[in-house]
Amino acid sequence: MTDNNHDIEQPEGRVPKRVIGTPSPATGTSVLGGDERPGDRGVPGVVPQSEETARKGERIAAFCFLLTLLGGIAFIVSYVVFQVGDIDSARTSNVALGGSLALALLSMAAGMVVWVRLVMPKYNMVQERHTMASDGQTREYVTETFKHGVDESGFVKRPLLRRTLLLAAAPLGLVPLVVLRDLGPRYSDFPEKLRHTVWGEKTKNGKPRRLVVEGTGAPIRAADFNSPGGILSVVPEGYEHDLNALAKATLILLKFRPEELKSGTNLNWTHDGIVAYSKICTHVGCPAALYEQTTHHILCPCHQSTFDAADGAKVIFGPAARPLPQLPIAVDEEGFLVATADFAVPPGPSFWERGDAEATVRENGGHA
Amino acid sequence: MSITTVPKPIAGTSSFLDDRLGAGNFLKRNLRKIFPDHWSFLLGEIALYSFIVLLLTGTFLTFFFKPSMGEVPYEGSYEPLQGIMMSEAYASSLHISFDVRGGLLMRQMHHWAALLFIGGMMVHSLRVFFTGAYRKPRELNWLIGVLLLTLALFEGLTGYSLPDDLLSGAGLRITEGVAISLPLVGTWITFFLFGGEYPGEDVISRFYSLHILLIPGILLALITAHLILMWVQKHTQMPGKGRTNENVVGAPFYPAFMVKAGAYTMFTFGVIALLGAFAQINPIWLFGPYTPADISAGSQPDFYMGFLEGSLRLMPAWEINIAGFTLPMSVLIPALVPMGIIMTGLALYPFIEQWVTGDRREHHIADRPRNNPHRTSIGMAAVTFYGVLWLLGANDELASFFHISLNATTYVGRVLVFLGPAIAYYITYRICLGLQRSDAAVIGHGVESGVIKRLPTGEYIEVHVPPNPGIEAHMRGKAPVPMLPGADGDGDGERNGVPPKQLRGPLGRLRVKMSRAYGGEKIPLDDGHGHGEEHAAIGSGEDRSLTH
Ligand code: HEM
Ligand code: FES
Repeated sequence: MTDNNHDIEQPEGRVPKRVIGTPSPATGTSVLGGDERPGDRGVPGVVPQSEETARKGERIAAFCFLLTLLGGIAFIVSYVVFQVGDIDSARTSNVALGGSLALALLSMAAGMVVWVRLVMPKYNMVQERHTMASDGQTREYVTETFKHGVDESGFVKRPLLRRTLLLAAAPLGLVPLVVLRDLGPRYSDFPEKLRHTVWGEKTKNGKPRRLVVEGTGAPIRAADFNSPGGILSVVPEGYEHDLNALAKATLILLKFRPEELKSGTNLNWTHDGIVAYSKICTHVGCPAALYEQTTHHILCPCHQSTFDAADGAKVIFGPAARPLPQLPIAVDEEGFLVATADFAVPPGPSFWERGDAEATVRENGGHA
Repeated sequence: MSITTVPKPIAGTSSFLDDRLGAGNFLKRNLRKIFPDHWSFLLGEIALYSFIVLLLTGTFLTFFFKPSMGEVPYEGSYEPLQGIMMSEAYASSLHISFDVRGGLLMRQMHHWAALLFIGGMMVHSLRVFFTGAYRKPRELNWLIGVLLLTLALFEGLTGYSLPDDLLSGAGLRITEGVAISLPLVGTWITFFLFGGEYPGEDVISRFYSLHILLIPGILLALITAHLILMWVQKHTQMPGKGRTNENVVGAPFYPAFMVKAGAYTMFTFGVIALLGAFAQINPIWLFGPYTPADISAGSQPDFYMGFLEGSLRLMPAWEINIAGFTLPMSVLIPALVPMGIIMTGLALYPFIEQWVTGDRREHHIADRPRNNPHRTSIGMAAVTFYGVLWLLGANDELASFFHISLNATTYVGRVLVFLGPAIAYYITYRICLGLQRSDAAVIGHGVESGVIKRLPTGEYIEVHVPPNPGIEAHMRGKAPVPMLPGADGDGDGERNGVPPKQLRGPLGRLRVKMSRAYGGEKIPLDDGHGHGEEHAAIGSGEDRSLTH
């Protein structure tokens, strides 16, 4: 193997594979050296198409444009013909409208490409570039003019003018910020609101609030929720459709055999092996909706935080840093499950003012 | 057949405009403005035309969409949801989908165009990065581009939340959870955004103003500025025959580039129409109305949010409590750090490169990525970082597809997010040098012609012929990566005399070191390799010239 390239005449018709990263042979060049033909990329100029090519191009482009015409008409016809009103007719209409629109647009595109490639000349024109910067004289002129302007305006020489103007602008600049204040409620409300849920409120007739099944709204009789491994999604009675309340108060209700429960779970807050945890993930608030019966794992589908339901819903995997708060529950005189108090700690994602509410509860022996 | 007189309507209009605007002068300068040609220059155009589709389809949607969170029973024609309580926003999105002719098409085209808009911008910015087209004088346009990309993410986020279905609500919930985790201002921001507690009754109408007025307005202004700057500064061009830093070679705006751009517009529109017709996207009727109590498993955000989703998933649990205040690090870090690294890194790169290379000249010839190996490697490392996060955003899908444990994908991801970029850097660097060597071989020894010749001695050789002049020029467009004046030469800069003042001190010395590693010619084009070993050297990744 030698770089022997002088005494050998050039092989004809052999196009070796292209060198990676160089323009492809399709653009009219091969890697091999050869004669420069007009229209080659390298040669400057405007090379007209032969009349034959141009005529061919005209015919192809015209054909494409006629297709566009057809597509446009088909769109209008489809709009009139295909009515909508249910899922199948909406789909049919969608395919007809979109298909005809795509036909019209794509054949227009094809026609225009043919027009440029076969009818218009091949261009390889050269234009000079100039540096972006203007010449020294111009710059000097601008600097001078600027200085003149400063002098003439007196902006530098007259401090009273300048300072009062700047001073005056300050409150004016704050106006757009100030008027935005009423986007939200009073600040003193924020942390308080985040700490409480409707579980802490008694019902209108002064009774503890019942747990009801999400969707049906049916109250839950403890005696009926009796097969270990059972799970329910639960909302507060009276707030079944209040999204603000649900965003903090939704629960998952689980039934355990007594021996399955571990120390993390507050047994005083359970009823006969029934435990209620906040369903709102302590990471960023998705509903932790998946439950694996055999392992007692609650899994949040958003970022896969995993909680051990038998052990106070403590975190065993994933980005959530705190257990799902447990709700104290009991039964009322009719045997239905009720909340005896609000969550001891704020449910849901963490926030700046939250603090280590769990530690406070531990110190106070289980109370907030 | 050339026309001898300009048709009346054209002549009439142009003199009307010229009389009033002096348009002639502008046109004289610009009608035959030259545009260079390369497939990669079309990537930005995809984004541009998709944006036009977004404006058109989005405007159509506004005629029917009701940005209200008021609860109404659904009475439209989609049976499975009839009678169910839902927000007006969701009900009107269903109305658009099933009861407005062309409504489903417009919704689907709008969503596809959004994906193409952001995807197009991402690939376009990679092109600009890897060819060094952000260098002086184009730094400002690069910054505008970074801003556009960031804003587009917010535009997509607000739009995705509008239909108020269960899936879009999950995205909104995560947004809220992230916003409220911010130290000091978190509760303020969320209570202001939602008009109180999550979800409140205001967020859809507020997002609506952001999505259809404020952000598109800014986008439109920035895109216009982007195009004006491009026009004024002229396009970069690939190295090649007759192309220099002082000229532009290509086809004139009028008529060739104009029609080409028109064709490309129609093509982008057509592809989006095709997708809208045949590829279902965001079938909101399947998800049901939003409630904070429910979620569908395996819900995925749009692709451009995937990297944030992935970084949230990767992060191990960590929360700090000090003095009664809470810092949820396992939200803060993944939500802010990767995005911060990527966006700040993008914005600063041109200036850091300038600082390292000391290069203040104008550049109009695009680099071939191989010819600036460190830049290309840094870029690939960033792409890998982003890619790992993005993949991990779908780790549940990955786990079930490959039948591996979900937690294993997370553990692997936690390692890969650091290791992956390092490996990508190393491999890319080697590939760049390999490609440079093969260029040097083509220039130095010619191209293998495929013809075997038998020498009088009986030895067989393959005949090498000189490369095509066009391609040779393309390869010879290579220039050494610039270096600080004090940095070239072997050993430490100090030996070449006293370095300039700003290069003394620890920072200055670091700068010189970086400049020496980053800059210079790793594989000179005309470096004569010894015969025989040449082919073994090409692409073998053998480390002869790695300078550090
Ligand atoms: C600039 C003018 C725009 C207007 C007037 C507009 C308007 C709208 C409207 C009314 C909706 C609700 C659609 C529905 O009922 O499903 C919507 C949804 C959406 N918009 Fe826009 N939009 C614009 C630009 C954008 C841009 C630039 C993006 C992306 C970066 C975008 C991304 C989205 C997305 C992802 C949706 C959800 C669509 C769906 O659910 O199918 N929009 N937009
Ligand atoms: S919201 Fe549950 S893991 Fe992120």
